[in-house]
Amino acid sequence: MSLDDENDRAFHEQIIEEVLAAYPEKGRKRRAKHLNVVEEGASDCGVKSNVKSLPGVMTVRGCAYAGSKGVVWGPVKDMVHISHGPVGCGQYSWAQRRNYYVGETGVDAFGTMQFTSDFQERDIVFGGDKKLRTLIDEIETLFPLAKGMTVQSECPVGLIGDDIEAVARAKAEELGKLVVPVRCEGFRGVSQSLGHHIANDTIRDWVFGRDASSDEAASDSGPADGFEPSPYDVVIIGDYNIGGDCWASRKLLEDVGLRVIAQWTGDCTLAELERAPKAKLNLIHCYRSMNYISRHLEEKYGTPWSEFNFFGPTRIEQSLRMIGEFFDDRIKQNVETVIARNRVLADAVIDKYRPRLEGKKVMLYVGGLRPRHMVSAYEDLGMEVVGAGYEFAHKDDYQRTMEHVKGGTLIFDDVTAYEMEKFIERIRPDLVGSGIKEKYPIQKMGVPFRQVHSWDYSGPYHAYDGFAVFARDMDMAVNSPVWGLFQAPWMQTPAAETAEPAA
Amino acid sequence: MSQSVETTKDHGTLFREPEYQEMLRAKRADFECPHADETVQRISEWTKSEAYREKNFAREALVINPAKACQPLGAVFCAAGFQDTLSFVHGSQGCVAYYRSHLSRHFKEPASAVSSSMTEDAAVFGGLNNLIDGLANAHALYHPQMIAVSTTCMAEVIGDDLHAFIGNAKEKGSVPADFDVPFAHTPAFQGSHVNGYDNMLLGILTHFWQDAERTPTAALNIIPGFDGYCVGNNRELKRLLDLMGVAHTILSDASDTYDTPSDGRFRLYDGGTTIAQTKDALNAAATLSMQAACTKKTLAFVKGKGQETAALNYPLGVAGTDQFLTTVSALTGQPIPEALTLERGRLVDALTDSQAVTHGKRFAVFGDPDFVHGMCRFLMEMGAEPRHALATNGTKPWAKQMRAMLADSPYGQACEVWPGADLWHMRSLLHTAPVDFVIGSSHGKYLERDTGTPLIRLTFPIFDRHHHHRFPTWGYQGGLQVLVRILDAILAKADADSDEAGVTDISFDLTR
Repeated sequence: MSLDDENDRAFHEQIIEEVLAAYPEKGRKRRAKHLNVVEEGASDCGVKSNVKSLPGVMTVRGCAYAGSKGVVWGPVKDMVHISHGPVGCGQYSWAQRRNYYVGETGVDAFGTMQFTSDFQERDIVFGGDKKLRTLIDEIETLFPLAKGMTVQSECPVGLIGDDIEAVARAKAEELGKLVVPVRCEGFRGVSQSLGHHIANDTIRDWVFGRDASSDEAASDSGPADGFEPSPYDVVIIGDYNIGGDCWASRKLLEDVGLRVIAQWTGDCTLAELERAPKAKLNLIHCYRSMNYISRHLEEKYGTPWSEFNFFGPTRIEQSLRMIGEFFDDRIKQNVETVIARNRVLADAVIDKYRPRLEGKKVMLYVGGLRPRHMVSAYEDLGMEVVGAGYEFAHKDDYQRTMEHVKGGTLIFDDVTAYEMEKFIERIRPDLVGSGIKEKYPIQKMGVPFRQVHSWDYSGPYHAYDGFAVFARDMDMAVNSPVWGLFQAPWMQTPAAETAEPAA
Repeated sequence: MSQSVETTKDHGTLFREPEYQEMLRAKRADFECPHADETVQRISEWTKSEAYREKNFAREALVINPAKACQPLGAVFCAAGFQDTLSFVHGSQGCVAYYRSHLSRHFKEPASAVSSSMTEDAAVFGGLNNLIDGLANAHALYHPQMIAVSTTCMAEVIGDDLHAFIGNAKEKGSVPADFDVPFAHTPAFQGSHVNGYDNMLLGILTHFWQDAERTPTAALNIIPGFDGYCVGNNRELKRLLDLMGVAHTILSDASDTYDTPSDGRFRLYDGGTTIAQTKDALNAAATLSMQAACTKKTLAFVKGKGQETAALNYPLGVAGTDQFLTTVSALTGQPIPEALTLERGRLVDALTDSQAVTHGKRFAVFGDPDFVHGMCRFLMEMGAEPRHALATNGTKPWAKQMRAMLADSPYGQACEVWPGADLWHMRSLLHTAPVDFVIGSSHGKYLERDTGTPLIRLTFPIFDRHHHHRFPTWGYQGGLQVLVRILDAILAKADADSDEAGVTDISFDLTR
């Protein structure tokens, strides 16, 4: 990682001034606190975060339901997650996160299905609890192999005074299965982030410490009780197995001799949720979405936790050595062997792609982790991050970011579509990484783009196996021949002139 | 290690490598506490049975894999068809992120809309301040000519009054007093996206027409309805009407909005029905809806303004297009030109050439009510047999109308109509009463996987195939596109069913 050279501070400060000028006064004052240029040596990025979005500005953010159902709970594959409320929330989020899993969907796994109570007016007027009771019975009838259910509340549930906790308790008792009520109504909090927290809390309150001995759901192969601990047991926390990320990470951890006893929550089963307290170490990838439960596991069970970063060889090596420090010499030696073995691949990837990507400027705008976690992976390929921002990061994320970004880097919290467009217009990065809503506007401007929520339908990007895919994808975006076609040969408009091919 | 830089394996192949297969096997055996393989197998088979179907259809509360979305999506789509118009959805902000994503994934295009970003305090005190600030911000940043306001279910549950709020915001100077802010209440717990479309269009027409006097002209208004093929279809509509010499206005024309060029410039707004055209549309002789379910309230309003109205059911194919053209002709007095008779003849010619391929093939069709209607009608024209016609947002009157249409043709006799059912119901239907092909949206791909019935994607949303919506399905030429999609599926299956060398390839015919 190189912090030697600064990004262009004065230029970035100027474009912040420019975008703020467009706002009405009240909005300008508030947005000013969310835009900044990194000051070398400061304790954080100097932006306000995790506060309400301005109305009407086209925030990219989602809601608490997206954070709970979409992120944390949704990937738990052997449970049925009920989108409780009107049909839309579950419909738009149906199978869009690419949380890969193995299982027979509709039989013993339920990840890419849309279960909804499809609220009608009468449910609003008379309450939805009765409907919830009925539909839980219907799930039990039609999906007997489901290990449990969660009730993911949509906005109306919290507004009409339903008591989903009472329904969940009664039904759990009756069915002998876990039923988790989650109060993740979309109006709670300011973004997906509170939904993560609420989901973490429901794991703490409803999964841990629950007496599962009387479950009729205990499967044929027996409950988790037969578990034999080992000194090398770890849990991967905050990896949702997007495009198979968590599998690539698991493979690498197994290669160094560790035993991954649970994946939270990509390709996760209820048994894996329940077993996590038995780990020797919790390894947390997405700090933002699952730090809460990691802290709880430390407080209650004394399990240490550590953040790690499996994006790009520099950080992978650093993380593996750091993880090795928690274990004995055997693991430490394995780490070195595995690093040496994989460096062949990593070097081959870098040798192939670095000459094609060297010096390319990147802007990242994603949820709460990747804008810092991926910086080093881009640098491994010779690229530099000139601007970064989070949808729903908190202060501690902006502190952690400082380790990764250069002085002068443009920082934007909860960026608006207007700001994003102007930043890109002025900076003309060679690659932008953000979400589906940003993809097409930015590509139209002639700027290469990759989705960094869904990996643009690719992946995995984690670990060495994923780095090869990551490098291939960045190259195909930046160096695509299509960017050279934007300008018709007979047209010489100012707009077309800015759409020079990237390479 | 199986990964290499020469043949970079991504998720498509990486996890099939032995090292990953072994890892996943061990994960399952050691940590997942799975059900025994025999149990999974037994339940899997049971889900395909008549007994399961019976339990599945006994559901009263649970909805699984529905083929419908909520009202505001339809409102945002409708508003996107007006020039320089920004959708403003009053309520929780996550909803707007979802509508934008959903539309972008289908059209592979930008989809812009703003939210009033209401949170807990607004749930208690109402969202008036959010609307006041939100309109001001949206107006200042995005320079729309019109802001179309709709609502999420949060705003509806707490009872925010858009009419009063918008008046209030104008008094506070959020937008100029004469700035156009039409609105529609679009509760997600009533109807579906087709009703949201209806409500938003009604809101826009009411805003412009309510106090205006009508001076009748000979022009025709066309309302396409919620149509994922709007890009190709609206352009085809305009071509057909131009050929007929009919002065026309498409009310909500998103064809250019969702098909902007890549030339270095992002167009936040492009194309769409202008405000002037919308105002002038009051004077038209008649308004024709292409999808009855999308325009129930709107057409009633239009009729009340003194226009003639007519509604079709997503007309596809020969008779569908015939009906469209003769309706236009009847409403405007313009004859159908020779050029279209020629196009008709060409579509009939194609159907004739291929009738032996399509004859007797059994289909399941799902989607919005009017799409299902139009699609089934076209299938029967090909001599194909619709067997299951399903609309999650279909009503009882729709089912009645469907049954009457099916009863009219020998090819519709075996078809059952399923209003209100979902795609998990359809799964049972396909297992217990199999068909040859399913026609619907990308969500049908799970049916294809689970039941082995090939899916033909012909309606919104199509996420996993690109650009089909850029080609029309309406008109005789659109009918040809639809026919070819269906023929390709049938003929590709005939090849796939006979491609094992030396075993099944006696029928691997060069000419079909």
